[in-house]
Amino acid sequence: MDERRLPPVTQLGMFSLGLIVAAVIYLSAHLPEHVPLGPAIALLAASATLLAGNVIWLWRTEGFAWGRFLEIARWALLAYTVIAGLIEYVFLRNSTSGGPLIVLTLSLVVFALTVPVLIAFTVARYDETLPEGESGSPTSG
Amino acid sequence: MASAAVTVEGPGATSHDGPPPGAMRIPDFQIVPRSGLAIVGVVVVALIVVIALNEEWPLMFMHVVGGAAWTIIDLFLGFVIGPILGKLSIPARIEVTTKLMPKMVLIMPTAVAVTLAAGWQLSTKLGTNLTGYHYHGWVVASFIVVGAMAVIALGLLEPANIAVLTELKKPRPNPAVIERLMKRFIYTAGATGVMQIATFVIMTRLAT
Repeated sequence: MDERRLPPVTQLGMFSLGLIVAAVIYLSAHLPEHVPLGPAIALLAASATLLAGNVIWLWRTEGFAWGRFLEIARWALLAYTVIAGLIEYVFLRNSTSGGPLIVLTLSLVVFALTVPVLIAFTVARYDETLPEGESGSPTSG
Repeated sequence: MASAAVTVEGPGATSHDGPPPGAMRIPDFQIVPRSGLAIVGVVVVALIVVIALNEEWPLMFMHVVGGAAWTIIDLFLGFVIGPILGKLSIPARIEVTTKLMPKMVLIMPTAVAVTLAAGWQLSTKLGTNLTGYHYHGWVVASFIVVGAMAVIALGLLEPANIAVLTELKKPRPNPAVIERLMKRFIYTAGATGVMQIATFVIMTRLAT
């Protein structure tokens, strides 16, 4: 079992995800009508800051399985970019524009980055015993 | 492709050179089933077309089918499969896990994306997302419940799902890691299952 001292990436990531989901809920609760953007921007900024801090803290951790992390993260990023893209599309379809669209788009970007970080971290934290060259891609059989 | 072997005597008691007595074979599997990706692609294209057409019945169909799949799978995993899985022998648990969980990797995100995207388009068409709608509070409540479920599912359940499968793909899977991640998967599935009951309350209220 992994007992290394790792930053609380899952906890911070969950908090970041919660904030960005709250931002999207806030926007959705007002759209398509006028949305006061202050609360959404504050939630977005807090979530993005937590995400950046999470990655920087993890980056400074010695011995972390970055190879495995990046291998998983890129596939997860692809999947969640598609999901975020679908959500963006449905708002564009309904003529969301201007400030709300920018905040929504940035919120979806943070969402599409946060989930891969959480998935890749959960996989990579248990990867320290694997010798190099023995890892497989997520679609490997 | 070779299957991996893992001993069941306890954490850390793993084997690498063929299965010793007490070891089990881990069936070969794909973490993300390639054949399923094609089906997901078809569903995503159908969703894009349905949203572009903006017709009530196809939107309702996508929203209800996606939502029903999401709700039923959460409840079934949380309250039926989860407890059964916890009581199975370890070889049986691994057998079920390697067959069930790769499918969940594709089904759940697809069901969630379809439900939310079609649901938003439908509510825009029907005007039920307007603040003046008399049940707007209930609609926002549904957003909050879905948001809470999304945080749990995306932050805990989905990573545990992928991590279990990745661990099982290793030449020397760690039974303690698998046990820990499976518990996390089952508990979070149960939590989202409970929250789905709130979805039932809200959706039936909106429909009447």
